[in-house]
Amino acid sequence: MATIQTPNGYNLDTSGQRVVVDPVTRIEGHMRCEVNIDENMIIRNAVSTGTMWRGLEVILKGRDPRDAWAFTQRICGVCTGTHALTSVRAVEDALKINIPENANSIRNIMQLSLQIHDHLVHFYHLHALDWVNPINALKADPKATSELQIQTSPRHPKSSPGYFRDIQNRLKKFVESGQLGPFKNGYWTNPAYILPPEADLMAVTHYLEALDFQKEIMTTRTIFGGKDTHPNWLVGGVPCAINIDGDLAAGAPINMDRLNYVNGVVNRTIEFVENVYIPDIIAIGKLYKGWLYGGGLSGTSVLAYGDIPDKANDYSPENLMMPSGAIINGNLKEVHPVDLRDPEQVQEFVPHSWYKYPDEKKGLHPWDGITEPHYELGPNAKGTSTRIEELDEAAKYSWIKAPRWRGHAMEVGPLARYVVGYALGHEEITDQIKRTLRALDAPVDALFSTLGRTAARALEAQWAAHKQRYFMDKLIATIKAGDQSTANTEKFDPKTWPTEVKGVGFTEAPRGALAHWIKIKDTKIDNYQCVVPTTWNGSPRDNEGNIGAFEASLMNTKVERAEEPVEILRTIHSFDPCLACSTHVMGPDGKELAKVKVR
Amino acid sequence: MTETFYEVMRRQGITRRSFLKYCSLTAAALGLGPSFAPQIAHAMETKPRIPVLWLHGLECTCCSESFIRSAHPLAKDVILSMISLDYDDTIMAAAGTQAEAIIQETIDKYDGNYILACEGNPPLNQEGMSCIIAGKPYLEQLKHAAEHCKAIISWGSCASWGCVQAARPNPTQATPIHKVPGLAPKPIIKVPGCPPIAEVMTAVITYILTFERFPELDRQGRPKMFYSQRIHDKCYRRPHFDAGQFVESFDDEGARKGYCLYKVGCKGPTTYNACSTVRWNGGLSFPIQSGHPCFGCSEDGFWDKGSFYDRLTDVHGFGVEADADEIGATAAMIVGGAAAVHAGVSVVKRIADKNMTNKDGGES
Repeated sequence: MATIQTPNGYNLDTSGQRVVVDPVTRIEGHMRCEVNIDENMIIRNAVSTGTMWRGLEVILKGRDPRDAWAFTQRICGVCTGTHALTSVRAVEDALKINIPENANSIRNIMQLSLQIHDHLVHFYHLHALDWVNPINALKADPKATSELQIQTSPRHPKSSPGYFRDIQNRLKKFVESGQLGPFKNGYWTNPAYILPPEADLMAVTHYLEALDFQKEIMTTRTIFGGKDTHPNWLVGGVPCAINIDGDLAAGAPINMDRLNYVNGVVNRTIEFVENVYIPDIIAIGKLYKGWLYGGGLSGTSVLAYGDIPDKANDYSPENLMMPSGAIINGNLKEVHPVDLRDPEQVQEFVPHSWYKYPDEKKGLHPWDGITEPHYELGPNAKGTSTRIEELDEAAKYSWIKAPRWRGHAMEVGPLARYVVGYALGHEEITDQIKRTLRALDAPVDALFSTLGRTAARALEAQWAAHKQRYFMDKLIATIKAGDQSTANTEKFDPKTWPTEVKGVGFTEAPRGALAHWIKIKDTKIDNYQCVVPTTWNGSPRDNEGNIGAFEASLMNTKVERAEEPVEILRTIHSFDPCLACSTHVMGPDGKELAKVKVR
Repeated sequence: MTETFYEVMRRQGITRRSFLKYCSLTAAALGLGPSFAPQIAHAMETKPRIPVLWLHGLECTCCSESFIRSAHPLAKDVILSMISLDYDDTIMAAAGTQAEAIIQETIDKYDGNYILACEGNPPLNQEGMSCIIAGKPYLEQLKHAAEHCKAIISWGSCASWGCVQAARPNPTQATPIHKVPGLAPKPIIKVPGCPPIAEVMTAVITYILTFERFPELDRQGRPKMFYSQRIHDKCYRRPHFDAGQFVESFDDEGARKGYCLYKVGCKGPTTYNACSTVRWNGGLSFPIQSGHPCFGCSEDGFWDKGSFYDRLTDVHGFGVEADADEIGATAAMIVGGAAAVHAGVSVVKRIADKNMTNKDGGES
């Protein structure tokens, strides 16, 4: 079988054993992965497939743009809220609505709390079992584990030998019951797991501590948004009015009691991230330091839109606290500005996706996107259309489209943001990276790896925890200065809107750059398009044959046992895939729409 | 030999004292009063951990995310001590063939004795292949697991009603669990909401484990203990509705005073859920308390009932004692901006009175 060289520099060889992982678990949504492994157990070809599709944009057509945040929020309940924020920004951009400072601070706190929560839950509950062996933890000496804990994080109070003994006993009885629950059928005898038992016990303990603590992080969103998962948002600001000391303040959404509550959560979140999450990353990172696979596109092609506006309503890179820009061809000396309105920059391709374009050689900008679902397998696929054994990646093979930035396949996410920030000399990011590399005694190149991706996520959680503090202080200072406003409702009534407008909103979702493009006509949604982080990362091949970020990251990884795909999981999980996000996309002008008449 | 729930808790270092305290809290959470605590304790002492297969179809995972936010009991304790969560692709260690093998292993070992928890729903269009698990339509996995289960929990609005992907025009023909063609006829409990309240989810599980049966369900298959009253009936802002004090627009003086959100579109008067009683995230708040109108996310077809900010025009005059069955499935009537009724409280009452006479006590 022939070797193919892709334009983005990968040699694909399909001659070796084909290994299929379906479903890829511990992700949001549904995904399949196929690889070819050569006689030396090295991955020589990788195929990533989104295996779900919901068609939300078709559903949005004809709806009230003020409701779009709630529909798009349901794209994903894991990164809950980030689509909602992106959506209200898109509508506000289209209608030229400015929001009050307090609304900006509250939105930022909500968005930052999501970053922290999502990263923490991802590491402990979706990713840790790729590195940590809970069965091996049974062999640990609780006293030695206590010493390891104190050495790893002297300030974390839960560190006594008795504490670890209790957890170990609980785990022991759980395992001995024979009902292994989520640990059932794991790869616990695989030599890829190399942690000493004490590190395994410490990490499993923190798995449980983090499961308890994560529910607290999100309570800030319950205060500001009324519930979590899926808090409430509002075009023009935030729905939670502030009443500090006036008549009936006790029944107001935000009063002194509520601010105090959020303050407490913000402080405890910083503590947990700094006393548990960051030290664990360093401790586990040191022990897996040699595992430097999985860099993929992170060293060559990364993209970030930026987020967290310091002042309200200014989305220029200078005012965004998270960095923005594109790096291509591995040239970190040049960071290109990104313009989401430019039809030449972000484009989506479908020759390898289960959609049809009239001309599949061309990519389309989201404002002009067309989509028609077209599920079919290629001639070399094995199995049948409803019983896939092996996919044919030379044909259509995924529900994910292939977005490209000026023709380049790009990686997005915490590592992409940190690489862009590092390249731009972003002070806080550079400082965090340098300190981490020092602690790990690793060179800068170590960043471009699976571990680098996992570490960047933790660093970002730490950064976000402190920025929550910053915006909480800012919120209180603004209220103190006499401004309690939270919403601008001047243009809330659709009668005040122009006949035809379009807008774009963007955020940095936990998983990477996210944007929504909207066209509004006669007060209704005429066209709605989302290009989301996992569309970038999980992208299939494009018209030129460039492979996407997941695929690139798996290349040249050594696997211990072909039948136990733990190495594949490590790298795919390091992106924190969100498949419900990536595969909902459906354009406004496809044939499906000919029959659509909403309301 | 499978251990009982109590044995597992004891072995995991939980004292008898804490265990009994847990039982009283559970009784309270279920609204059962302290006399039920010994009954719960007895059940926990004698029951094995029941296997649960938690399948994911087309969904957004908000139900799982909500579930892990449960304050009492903690998600950790549910997973480690109450149930045996043998398959849940969101958190399970195994992937691929090892993950899929668990479904058959569970069927072989516990045929007819495991719970099938469904998050999301299957699509019927695109040959069922717009939701693929292990190279096959999710529909197949669902039907196979349902065939051998004891009972089905339909988590959230996706599994219960269809939710967002089933909103018009439902391009994938996403279908709620109870309407899936050819699904084995098993008892189904619906726990709607987008997502459902965490403590409602864990309370439903606890109830089933404790009493070995479903809680009492209404005609639509929802547990009456959480879905028999409207948000409006127990809303802390209800006195403002009765007094005609309304938020006219967001962030106005009324919004800052916590007035009623009816005029900015609140669907509390037509939504059956426990948000205004149990509240969210350990009882901390709920949408209305945080200033946004309820948009009825636990109701069938709530996405297709007009804008969330359009006001209801058929607020019924029935009292809080009426439950969902007595009222029936009342569709919310919405009117657009220009035709909107200017609802001072008198107008509301007039409409309500009219509905009473026209609709025979609200049965539409």
